[in-house]
Amino acid sequence: MNHISDVIWKFLVKWLTNFALFPPEASKIAPQMDALYFFMVLVSLIGLTVVVLLITSFSVLYRKRRHPVAVQIEGSTLLEATWTIIPLGLFLVMFVWGAIVYFRIYTPPANAMNIYVVGKQWMWKAEHPGGQHEINSLHIPTGRPIQLTLISQDVFHSFSIPAFRVKREAIPGRYTSVWFEPTTPGTYHLFCTQYCGTNHSAMIGEIVVLSPDDYKKWLADSTSGMSLAQNGERLFATLSCNACHNGRPDSRGPSLANVFGSKLTLTNGSAVTADEAFLRQAILNPSEHVTQGYSPIMPTYQGQISEDGVIALVEYIKNLNSNYRVEQTLNTTNLLPESEGKASGAAARPATATPPAKAPQGQGTVKQ
Amino acid sequence: MSTTIVSLPDQSTARVPKTNFLTKENGLLSWLLTGDHKRIATLYLISITFFFFIGGALAGLIRLELLTPQSDLMATDTYNKVFTMHGVVMIFLFLVPSVPATLGNFLIPIMIGAKDLALPKINLLSWYLYVVGGILVLYTMITGGVDTGWTFTVPLSTHYLNTNVLSTGLAVFVAGFSSIFTGLNFIVTIHKMRAPGMTWFRLPLFVWAHYAASILMVLGTPVLAIAIVLVALERTTGIGVFDPAKGGDPILFQHLFWFYSHPAVYIMILPGMGVISEVVSTFARKRVFGYTAVAFSSVAIAVFGFFVWEHHMFIMGVSNYSTLVFSLLTMLVAVPSAIKIFNWTFTLYKGSITFETPMLYAFGFMGLFTIGGLTGVFLGTTGTDIHLTETYFIVAHFHFVMVGGMLMAFLAGIHFWWPKWTGRMYPEKISQLAALVTFIGFNFTFFPQFIVGTLGMPRRYAAYPAEFQILNVFSTAGATILGVGYLLPLLYLAWSLKYGEVAGNNPWQATGLEWQIQSPPLTENFVEIPVVDRDAYDYEWLERQKEKEVTTSVG
Amino acid sequence: MSDSTAIVNGAPADAHEHPHPPYQRHHFESMGQQVDATSFAMWLFLLTEVMFFGGLFTAYLIYRNWYYPAFVVGSHQLDIFWGTANTAVLITSSFTMAMGVWSAEMRRKGLLVFFLVMTFLLGLAFLGIKTIEYGEKIEKHHVPGFHYSVQSFVDSRSDKEVFEKYHDKSLPLDMARHTEVYFSLYFAMTGMHALHMIIGIAILAFMIVRARAGAYTTGHITFVENFGLYWHFVDIIWIFLFPLLYLISRHGY
Repeated sequence: MNHISDVIWKFLVKWLTNFALFPPEASKIAPQMDALYFFMVLVSLIGLTVVVLLITSFSVLYRKRRHPVAVQIEGSTLLEATWTIIPLGLFLVMFVWGAIVYFRIYTPPANAMNIYVVGKQWMWKAEHPGGQHEINSLHIPTGRPIQLTLISQDVFHSFSIPAFRVKREAIPGRYTSVWFEPTTPGTYHLFCTQYCGTNHSAMIGEIVVLSPDDYKKWLADSTSGMSLAQNGERLFATLSCNACHNGRPDSRGPSLANVFGSKLTLTNGSAVTADEAFLRQAILNPSEHVTQGYSPIMPTYQGQISEDGVIALVEYIKNLNSNYRVEQTLNTTNLLPESEGKASGAAARPATATPPAKAPQGQGTVKQ
Repeated sequence: MSTTIVSLPDQSTARVPKTNFLTKENGLLSWLLTGDHKRIATLYLISITFFFFIGGALAGLIRLELLTPQSDLMATDTYNKVFTMHGVVMIFLFLVPSVPATLGNFLIPIMIGAKDLALPKINLLSWYLYVVGGILVLYTMITGGVDTGWTFTVPLSTHYLNTNVLSTGLAVFVAGFSSIFTGLNFIVTIHKMRAPGMTWFRLPLFVWAHYAASILMVLGTPVLAIAIVLVALERTTGIGVFDPAKGGDPILFQHLFWFYSHPAVYIMILPGMGVISEVVSTFARKRVFGYTAVAFSSVAIAVFGFFVWEHHMFIMGVSNYSTLVFSLLTMLVAVPSAIKIFNWTFTLYKGSITFETPMLYAFGFMGLFTIGGLTGVFLGTTGTDIHLTETYFIVAHFHFVMVGGMLMAFLAGIHFWWPKWTGRMYPEKISQLAALVTFIGFNFTFFPQFIVGTLGMPRRYAAYPAEFQILNVFSTAGATILGVGYLLPLLYLAWSLKYGEVAGNNPWQATGLEWQIQSPPLTENFVEIPVVDRDAYDYEWLERQKEKEVTTSVG
Repeated sequence: MSDSTAIVNGAPADAHEHPHPPYQRHHFESMGQQVDATSFAMWLFLLTEVMFFGGLFTAYLIYRNWYYPAFVVGSHQLDIFWGTANTAVLITSSFTMAMGVWSAEMRRKGLLVFFLVMTFLLGLAFLGIKTIEYGEKIEKHHVPGFHYSVQSFVDSRSDKEVFEKYHDKSLPLDMARHTEVYFSLYFAMTGMHALHMIIGIAILAFMIVRARAGAYTTGHITFVENFGLYWHFVDIIWIFLFPLLYLISRHGY
């Protein structure tokens, strides 16, 4: 460094950063992926060099002028075995290593902070649990695992953060998720990488990684009032979910307190974990996700609720520890079972015995 | 000692044979209603060249737009149409039929010692279906284009676009049947019409490669057809088979689409590999090293190729465990290609090598396909695929295998068999120059795309962050060189039709059956069906023949 | 040099008795090779058809697994009488087709024409019955994308005919909506099958004309035989479609 003048050094650094061959490594998984990538580049370089060297040297050694008569050689089983087994071995190493990295990226840890991201033509909406909404940007802190739960409102999109080495498709109809742990504060590219129509190339944004303190400040500054869960609570009442899911012993629907993350058995006998995807499906396709012991009378909310609404409800249910507030909303919204003479038609029954009401086989018609 | 193996008849007395398949009958109808596989191959050659240059012009537009980070050359919608049409034209109207429909059609009957393919009328039908598909694509372009991307992803293509999705779908459907019938014809011909003594393991590797590709054409393309039918139904009547609101699943489309489209890439490359086998053998004067290994590798690629389609869907929310299966199978399918590269390399060992144009293209293929194939492993490895998929890394990967690989193989084949097809030689010096220009232009165009892809630049972007500009400029500069490299053959090959040297039967002193008959061949190929008593690539037999100086040219 | 190319009508009277247009080459070395090759080609083509329908069967398998209740009630909407009738019609037509091939082998022109005409009529009958069935679906608004109605599924009593037969429970709305997927597959699969029938019937019409002219009773029956393969294949597809679409959960009724 003493031998290189300052100017030249600055120039070199500028060139190297501007002529970077790799994006910055800003997440915990990035160096792991890069290590695999470098290994593959190395193997490829060696492989290519071997092939090019062989071709070149054979071309020189055995060009016609130098080697006028060709020697007919049928083959060599040993060589065939060599160049079958060595590439296969190398590829299998890459397969295993890659599978490990892949499973790491797509298996979020249980303690990850969850942020919902809804993709739509042509923008990304990020919804923090505290209610902060962002469009085309995502503010996140370093030092903790962050899970993104993605869904699309229309076509396929893909949420890509090159600096973190992660990317996940946002699909209509189903949640997908990915997680990462940012390591370095800074601003990084966010791209939509699945072609989605006219403004696909404009569906880009910024991932802003902040130190934990800065992040807290940002949260405080950008809160818009209601958190996702609060919004969800409002919807829970407006959509009359609390009429059946009121936590009372005779309720028509299972209690939702602490249901998130628990193991449920459905009426068809299968066991599921009540994660975000399950909750979303239970709201939109309830008759296929009936908890054992209950009848399939829950109406579907498909078409009545947006993806944002579903996210709010899911968030609310995730945070539901007790049915206290549910009871409170019942008192204020006239949805007590006792006051329902006519509302729910044939499925209504008076509050009687202690065990949860198991509606028998009758032909329960469903409110549309 | 000469550095070329070219052996032409005395130009002062040599003439192109008066009776050959080109001169046999005259008039437009004799061409449009022909059953002669060589005429049909010629018709195909003209049509795919036409579509190649259309696809190339579209590529030029793409690269021009990408000179600047903003979407400033054309409206974003237009750009989306341009890259979609580039993909549709290049894949369905150029790459899929390129070697099989031209060189395959021309050579397979001759190489196996038959007078024509098994089903000449079906062959002609194939060409007409291709033309109809091509016309539909032109119609699509003229009436506003389509902007779904060549992959027709639903629900974008079914519910969110109002461009010519249906006509494009129909074009691909029809062109698909063209491909199915070609493959069908090849399989039947190779099974049933080999000359006496032409056993499977005496077949040239070109035939093996086409056989493998034909299996893929026949079994894979119908699944694309049904996927397109379902898209069309969904788009017109909203049946809901891919619509989550109605209980359908858009991922089902992905499975159906990629079930064909992955084997499709092997349909595109296997015939090219067949060409390389022939070229490397001839210009090294040696039997292909490990003939059996290369033959079985072709079939292995075809078989394994059916079981890897989900590697195009690794980030789409499919089960993590399914990705293990498909990634593993992808590693397996990469191995036979590696085997072939090494076999061709070792064909050079102790050979007697000359560097005529077809050999130059073959070398280009070997280097560039190696890079392209290895980068495929980057993508087949799930961990790296997450970062690299849907970026320019993918674009670079498939252009390396398709353009650096397949297109170079196509040009190698066209140059190699040009004298057989037309009776005339192409001009050697300028063609070597064109090969070099193509190679340089290609690398300049597509290598920077690996880098810009790793940096994160997504594909199908009309505008991009400014820091990616310099690599894009490199790429566009390379593209202009590449364009020159492709225009030159068009010009000098056309020139050679009138002014090229007379080639004679076997200018390359090659061993295949096609080189033992006149150039251009008779309509019926052989005056008498040969009885085959030797293996392919028997240069010792050739030496003995030369001593006997038997000519089989007619007229 | 001899001109051994296209041979027109003055051909040597060995195996080349079948008429053909002048541009077709005698690229086959023997009739045996020609018959062998064209038969093989037809089997291969049928294999492509299997792959073609295979995509639809895949979609069916997946959605039936996910939405079984919707598939049950959807299937109950199909009239089993017509479905069985169609199955009988097609199997009979396969029989008459096979008899046609036999007649051609026996060089009995009149019989061949008879059986071809029978097959043709049975094919038309199939399409006629299909038209009736499709008509019923249209009336009940069970055509996806065209004012599709889930009324019969959310309120099963509203569809008296079907209710009396099967006493299905009404479905919740979300599952009822999935019946649209069932009907999509119903129309796609039977529609694609019907399209193949139409093509087959058209070729039959052509064959009847040619058969009356004696084209297939000269010992060269490849065309009839290969068409027979095609026709049997279309029949077999229906044999799969019938239980998959019509017979879901019909036991006990």
